[in-house]
Amino acid sequence: MKDPMIDIRNLSVTFNRGRKPVKAVNGVSLSVNSGEVVALLGESGSGKSVTMRSLLRLHPKGTSIEGSMRVAGNDVTELSARELADYRGATVSMVFQEPRLALDPVYTLGQQIEEAIMRHENVSRREAALRALGLFEKVRIPSPERRLMNYPHEMSGGMLQRSMIAMAIACNPKVLLADEPTTALDATVQIQILLLIRELQKEYGLSVIFVTHDIGVAAEVADRIAVMYAGRIVEEGKVADVIQNPKHPYTRGLLGARVELAHGRDRLITIPGAPPDLAALPPGCAFAPRCAEAAAQCITDVPRLTAIDDTASVACVRYA
Amino acid sequence: MINLVGEPSPILPVGERGGPAQPLISVRGLLKHFPVKGSGFLKPKKVVHAVDGVDFDILKGETLGVVGESGCGKSTTARLLMQLITPDRGEILFDGESAGETLPLSEYRRQVQMVFQDSYASLNPRLTIEESIAFAPRVHGVPAAKAIARAHDLLHRVGLEPVRFAGRYPHELSGGQRQRVNIARALALEPRLVILDEAVSALDKSVEAQVLNLLLDLKRDFGLTYLFISHDLNVVRFMCERVMVMYLGKVAEIGERDAIFEKTRHPYSSALLASMPKMNPGERTLEPPLSGDPPNPIDPPAGCRFHTRCSFAEDVCRQTLPPLSRISGAQSAACLMAMTNSGHSRAPVQMEA
Repeated sequence: MKDPMIDIRNLSVTFNRGRKPVKAVNGVSLSVNSGEVVALLGESGSGKSVTMRSLLRLHPKGTSIEGSMRVAGNDVTELSARELADYRGATVSMVFQEPRLALDPVYTLGQQIEEAIMRHENVSRREAALRALGLFEKVRIPSPERRLMNYPHEMSGGMLQRSMIAMAIACNPKVLLADEPTTALDATVQIQILLLIRELQKEYGLSVIFVTHDIGVAAEVADRIAVMYAGRIVEEGKVADVIQNPKHPYTRGLLGARVELAHGRDRLITIPGAPPDLAALPPGCAFAPRCAEAAAQCITDVPRLTAIDDTASVACVRYA
Repeated sequence: MINLVGEPSPILPVGERGGPAQPLISVRGLLKHFPVKGSGFLKPKKVVHAVDGVDFDILKGETLGVVGESGCGKSTTARLLMQLITPDRGEILFDGESAGETLPLSEYRRQVQMVFQDSYASLNPRLTIEESIAFAPRVHGVPAAKAIARAHDLLHRVGLEPVRFAGRYPHELSGGQRQRVNIARALALEPRLVILDEAVSALDKSVEAQVLNLLLDLKRDFGLTYLFISHDLNVVRFMCERVMVMYLGKVAEIGERDAIFEKTRHPYSSALLASMPKMNPGERTLEPPLSGDPPNPIDPPAGCRFHTRCSFAEDVCRQTLPPLSRISGAQSAACLMAMTNSGHSRAPVQMEA
């Protein structure tokens, strides 16, 4: 079998800031094949963004990373500063949640895209400018020549997110990381961006990791879903299987709490309690304190992510 | 036998005047334009048409949902209702009385309270949460000990144990807990209307569901009326009896929930509904229902505001601004296609008798 494009093995990320170290990611293994879209689904603090940022080594100094990550043949943990700069943007690129914060306010969008192309490829500014124009047409920005000369503050949120995507695919990367790229957008614009990402993914054969907290967004773009809770993957499977037949009590709770299902009822079914403090994780299953089906074993042992068939795996003692 | 005493009158909520049939809030011709900075001096004066002539009622005991894209005037409407900003034109009647005129503003503000989206920014970081909740009652003349006791009752009511939480500061709470504090604070003056401006949007899904249940319980127990502003149509469908759809400072459609969600008569409402992600991966959206971003409210299009993005737009739409007109008892829409003899080819035609 072919090597996966992204192979994360037993990744743990600990932030050593503040009084207590915070273990944001706790033994995550995930592999993504070439041309596959995987959604990382979870609530705030579940470690989904931290997992993804590890692939670009975007963490602040003093963060300890354990485990191994291989992306397109590169061992990400071993890259030198120079290799890392070559790798970012050319092999793996990223689309952030807030384009207004991610783009530089004092350069035009054209300059920023040209800079990215010229950093990675030996081309003239003229040629880079032509490529930038082609990219703006590709992401369907109206009147692209004029828009390339705009500064970020002159564009709307949807247009900026399209420009971010144009910049992300500028150097033909193999992997696109999307960190909640549509959360800050209106619903009518969100669906346009989702369809654009889906279309570009097919055309360029990209492997995509799509971080989101919205199950509906995951259902629109992903082939597979990995559900995260308190720094661990608790369930993984094909998108239709996870949505129609969730196994882990947390996934079941999350899907059951959706307001769409409550039509005609006067109350929502909820998961009691709140996610645990990452600086003081319970010794067993992190979901056990909120779980209606928790047994004695759940309080003491961390369940391993276990395959239940060819495509699905669950980290719960009921399926071990 | 003659009954001299008569039927005992039903107990009315505090401040109740006009009876159940009179709307709690009646808004007519509400208008607010904000001047644009840097315009006006040697340059043409520009204004943002944030709320551009809006009429609606909030009925007693209902939840009215307001949906629309960013910049459509949802939050400005809420702030105008709260009298946080003064309208340029239009009137707001609260249970038949004009706020700020026949009804003194201090009395009006006691009866209308608001919960904001950002739970942290809306709490004073230097007050403990019991002080925050007791603050407004004390301003309105409730003795300190009594105000604190009421704050504890309210904390208990929103699911925060006063023994554990009363002395904490906002930064010691999670987002969901802080939003519960904001809700308790809004209820401290025993208001009749609570404006919820994206109050659950910043919360995680599992916490959001808990807070929505809490809001439903409080509404029942305290006899509240809600104005529920949200961009999440699924939440609005669950929470609200009536829904108002806004587009670029105007009301596009308003009506009962089932009418709006099942038989919408405005193409913008149907596009908004079709833009929600589908939960079934087998039925993914293939075409975006709307292209482009909402137009700039500084320079809204002439005629129907929506004609630039509407797939049914005709010449008449570019010239005529459709008024909000009643379609049935349950629904009003501002679209020429829903108006008889409007000149649009899809409009119903009625022959002269």
